[in-house]
Amino acid sequence: MKNAAQQYIDLFHQNRALIDSHSAPVLNSRREEAMRDFEQLGLPGKSQEAFLHTDVEAFYAPDYGLNLARITPKVDFKETFRCAVPDLESRPYFFAGDIFLGGGDPALPQGVVACSLREAATNYPALVERYYGRLARTDKDGTVALNTALVQEGFFLYVPRNVQIEAPLQLVHLLHGAHDFMANRRLLIILEEGAQVRLLSCDHTLDKGNFLTSTVNEIFVGPRATFDYYDLEESTLNTHRVASTFIRQEADSNVLVNGITLHNGYTRNNYYIALDGEGAETHLYGMAVADKRQAVDNFTFIDHKAARCTSDELFKYVLEDSATGVFNGRILVRQGAQKTSAIQTNRNLCTTKEAHIYTQPQLEIYADDVKCSHGATTGQLDGNALFYMRSRGIPEAEARMLLMVAFTHDVIEKVRIEQLKERLHKMVERRFRGTLDKCAGCRICQ
Amino acid sequence: MLTIKNLHASINGKEILKGIDLVVKPGEVHAIMGPNGSGKSTLSSVLAGNPAFEVTDGSVDFYGKDLLALSPEDRSHEGIFLSFQYPVEIPGVSMVNFMRAAVNAKRKYWGEEPLSATDFLKMMREKRAIVELDNKLASRSVNEGFSGGEKKRNEIFQMAMLQPRLSILDETDSGLDIDALRIVSQGVNQLRTDQNATIVITHYQRLLDYIAPDFVHVLYKGRIVKSGGPELALELEEKGYDWIKKEVDA
Repeated sequence: MKNAAQQYIDLFHQNRALIDSHSAPVLNSRREEAMRDFEQLGLPGKSQEAFLHTDVEAFYAPDYGLNLARITPKVDFKETFRCAVPDLESRPYFFAGDIFLGGGDPALPQGVVACSLREAATNYPALVERYYGRLARTDKDGTVALNTALVQEGFFLYVPRNVQIEAPLQLVHLLHGAHDFMANRRLLIILEEGAQVRLLSCDHTLDKGNFLTSTVNEIFVGPRATFDYYDLEESTLNTHRVASTFIRQEADSNVLVNGITLHNGYTRNNYYIALDGEGAETHLYGMAVADKRQAVDNFTFIDHKAARCTSDELFKYVLEDSATGVFNGRILVRQGAQKTSAIQTNRNLCTTKEAHIYTQPQLEIYADDVKCSHGATTGQLDGNALFYMRSRGIPEAEARMLLMVAFTHDVIEKVRIEQLKERLHKMVERRFRGTLDKCAGCRICQ
Repeated sequence: MLTIKNLHASINGKEILKGIDLVVKPGEVHAIMGPNGSGKSTLSSVLAGNPAFEVTDGSVDFYGKDLLALSPEDRSHEGIFLSFQYPVEIPGVSMVNFMRAAVNAKRKYWGEEPLSATDFLKMMREKRAIVELDNKLASRSVNEGFSGGEKKRNEIFQMAMLQPRLSILDETDSGLDIDALRIVSQGVNQLRTDQNATIVITHYQRLLDYIAPDFVHVLYKGRIVKSGGPELALELEEKGYDWIKKEVDA
């Protein structure tokens, strides 16, 4: 047993009653088994192939505080924090660490449930019971097991059959506090047949302390349902993030996930997407801009289980200084998943000798009538383009910046919300100009 | 304006330019001709400051400044413009952002305020007309998906935007059909004044029917081996380069 894991095991056993008393029965009912799995699995470290370049165990090693007693921070972020996308009507919900602060819009269509997971588990126990923990198995990954053992709160979204929500929902996650702490976060999203919703999530660290976020997202997308998930991280060098997103898609559903690491410390994102019904379509995109000693590791697994499904995957990294990027993209096309179309692309820019990218595309195909491709390239800024721009009088630093912005252009172009796309283009540019360390629209940051 | 003395340059340790001497005065058009591999494009790259080339000897004076000591961007600000033989495609960088960055960098260098959005777009519109460049092209990424002719017209458009004192046209005629050649040449001629100068690098005499040179130089094996008036170009067109090669190699 490893030391980093042991402190959480001890913490769990010593505080079990406290954890339970501030949560809900459905969540509590899964803890025991999850902790048993965690005791078996421990935390993933570099000895495991899927974690070869990112020592996730080290993320968990510090002695973080946990807000098990659910003390709500005194600052009312709803009044002081604005992370709005200009001209975009969205419904922000706020979290401080793993404490739900409320928010949102009461005028959601009838039948929609958007609230804290704890509240949902109390008011709709049967619904939550049916879905909670069904995708995020605790016997595979120690971080998921630990999250399930410790999580007390989260966000819940249920969209009934054929209900389409126009304005995107937004989750604003704030890490704020004088002490180092760990936040266990959880999303449970259910879209019934033909439902449609778009979700923006943004991570902001507001203090210089050491923070760890552990996130498990479970998303069920019913037949013909459409789901967009935009996940933006803007944290600090001392923030560690482990986020696992599990999505199950039924027939003819359409999912777009775009994970953007704009500023961070150490990040590990896992995406597991199962295409369970015929004709499902998935778009999995991501980009990372990293410099200093930042590290971004994206692990993706797209599982083509049914015929006629489409997956389009694109990840891009721009790495400067001594930053590290890891991309591990696995696509499995199972026997019987005929007429699958799967495209995976990973492109990386390393602007210094000290920047590293580790990329590992993996295609496993057991069907014979499929169209699959993958490509990974790593390079430096195009010297010809750089000279061309300089010969027109554009200073070298500006030319480099324009080329880096251009490099990530197509990932942002994938965004299906026009105002958000505009906003992200600007934020990326500001990131490369070095003027973005925090969110732009926020009064705290300015 | 430009005085090149004994210029030597190499790439990857291989010497390409082996002692170039050339003087260009305001208002003049110089044609530099020569067989393939003689160093024509190297000369233009070295003058524009391409870091791939190393200058091993000689000097270049441009209006009293040591040109070789300047960065490519400062050479541009001082008024050097290179029309590329192969203009580079830059996906994701729009022509508008590209030109705005270029124009405003130059203004900043000369202590001027950046152009307002309105003035800038007005300028874009005016200069585009000179080479009949479609507005759609101007809103696309730099050179991306442009035809050969469009790329060359785009070069002259940029030249019009930056108003250089010395323009170097590197094989601007290559890959152009007769209509594009006419448009490009008219553009160049329209931009000529008695204050600026042009160096036309070309393999063929054809371009010189449109852009009339005052001087013609023949570059061979990294040196200017013959200089003359416009009649030299006609002679080359008729007799080819072999007689010059023989003269030099003998």
